[in-house]
Amino acid sequence: MSVVSTSAPARAPVLAPRVKAALVLFTLFALFPPVVTALDDPFLILIGTRILAYAIAAMALDLILGYGAMVSFGHAAYLGFGTYAVAILSSYGIHDILLQTAAAIALSAVFAFVTGAISLRTRGVYFIMITLAFGQMAFFFFISLSAYGGDDGYGLRQRSTLFGSDVLENEYALYYATLVVLIGLFALSHRIVGSRFGRVLTGIRENATRMEAIGYSPFRYQLTAFVISGCMTSIAGVFLANQAEFVSPAFMSWHRSGELIVMVVLGGIGTLSGAIGGAVAALLLEEFLGKLTEHWRLWFGLFLVLMVLFSPRGITGLIQQIQQGRAR
Amino acid sequence: MSRLVVENLNKSFGALTVTDDVSLTVEPGELHAIIGPNGAGKTTLVAQLSGQLAPDSGRVTLDGRDITRASMPERVRMGLARSFQITQILPGFTVLENVALAVQARQGSSFRFFGDVVRETALNDAAMAALAEAGIDERAAAIASELSHGEHRRLELAMALATKPSTLLLDEPLAGVGGEESDAFVARLMAMKGRFTMLLIEHDMDAVFALADRVSVLVYGRIIATGAPDEVRADPAVRTAYLGDEEEIPA
Ligand SMILES: Nc1ncnc2c1ncn2[C@@H]1O[C@H](COP(=O)(O)OP(=O)(O)O)[C@@H](O)[C@H]1O
Ligand SMILES: [Mg+2]
Repeated sequence: MSVVSTSAPARAPVLAPRVKAALVLFTLFALFPPVVTALDDPFLILIGTRILAYAIAAMALDLILGYGAMVSFGHAAYLGFGTYAVAILSSYGIHDILLQTAAAIALSAVFAFVTGAISLRTRGVYFIMITLAFGQMAFFFFISLSAYGGDDGYGLRQRSTLFGSDVLENEYALYYATLVVLIGLFALSHRIVGSRFGRVLTGIRENATRMEAIGYSPFRYQLTAFVISGCMTSIAGVFLANQAEFVSPAFMSWHRSGELIVMVVLGGIGTLSGAIGGAVAALLLEEFLGKLTEHWRLWFGLFLVLMVLFSPRGITGLIQQIQQGRAR
Repeated sequence: MSRLVVENLNKSFGALTVTDDVSLTVEPGELHAIIGPNGAGKTTLVAQLSGQLAPDSGRVTLDGRDITRASMPERVRMGLARSFQITQILPGFTVLENVALAVQARQGSSFRFFGDVVRETALNDAAMAALAEAGIDERAAAIASELSHGEHRRLELAMALATKPSTLLLDEPLAGVGGEESDAFVARLMAMKGRFTMLLIEHDMDAVFALADRVSVLVYGRIIATGAPDEVRADPAVRTAYLGDEEEIPA
């Protein structure tokens, strides 16, 4: 009893910075198209849409990787389900983006439920390997889909429609639609993370044995999070297919799964906004390093190594360090 | 009916028999202490009773229900909670959040995805009550990893209490706690007596003989004696095997 301190430190405000950082990013995203117009370089808006779509996927991955300590190395499969839901349904004349998204989510939910239930029997590196294996199975399944070009992929004749209108053919409309969905999914993820469910998920990350000892079976919560994350990732795929007007198994290769992990780690895991920032940083580096040198992956790799060494909590950690330095 | 009945429990790790035909009972409201030297198999026994480890053979019943095959979370929901000898907490959570999660496990559903859990006053109030009972309420806002060792031990107890158990398995709650802090902890356990059925693993003989209604002595996985503290203290087999047949046995 003698060592009790009455001046307990107040909890570090984890919530506010996460939202603040996201609001800054969303504001920048919203201001991007006018800048593009001013620069008169319409190709930039397509890059922007691609970044937003990957931001959705990275944020969805962070939900399980950052908050649930589940390192899925097969998340590109869900990107693929999203892209192929667009391609396959539109080949049958179903162009409505809501229906296509619903199909992508349904397929992803089933796949995530089945593969997650099996993968979650393992831990650590085995979990990584088994999710990779399932991702590869999905990849090879779509390679064998010769009706949709197999390996070569399949060009979309038109983009998805929204309530019967072809408004998404406009690059700016597609960009802002992607942004609205990103913001909506951020709000949803933010609520999930702060909910009863989110606290259980984070608790399992912190100490699974302790959670069992207070009455939780980790499996069902982890599996639920895994399914939510897979479904969310597939929504990113729907927008990627529209952005590229082309789908191919390349969207679901294991390289792509690795890139999603890189985005989350680069931005800082377990922050949601970090994953969004990580997607921006990774794709911008890819664009600009790619223009400078064909060996850009080498330089990107070097950058990653330095980042992980000097700021293990990614860009988010770097910004926090700078802010704390200023506060002092 | 006995609250907890253990019948002919056996557990080996390879050639090493760690639980050797253990049978014991804990009556409702009783505090049954288990003492024994390091490596006697006390923690392994708690692990089997709590469902963390499956026994090789034998049976465990709680209030007449066979729980031998029940998982740890299932047993907790039936009212059997445990604390760990080596502190198990959620290091990045606040002390209050640690305990609020234990409350949440028994109150309503955890498949709620929207409401802000930080604002759930019912969870926080029940958590504060458990913290107060364990004597750690003043540290509610601290991050759990920043607590002292003694505070960690109290948080362990608070988390077990927050599951509203009928029966507590306490694995050396006083491990590494000394002096005044230890006395306060013993007083706290004393105050809990009667309201909870407790199986207490403990090294501190003063504490054991002050608290226990009955004592069992575990040596090399076997229970060599069970009885009232005075009987066990006087048992010649216990004196040679464990207490060291010296005069250092507390009076
Ligand atoms: N998982 C395990 N694998 C192999 N041996 C173990 C394991 N757990 C405990 N033991 C051994 O079992 C014996 C009893 O350990 P334990 O139950 O921790 O004893 P106590 O809590 O009484 O000090 C020790 O010799 C220990 O080394
Ligand atoms: Mg022990």
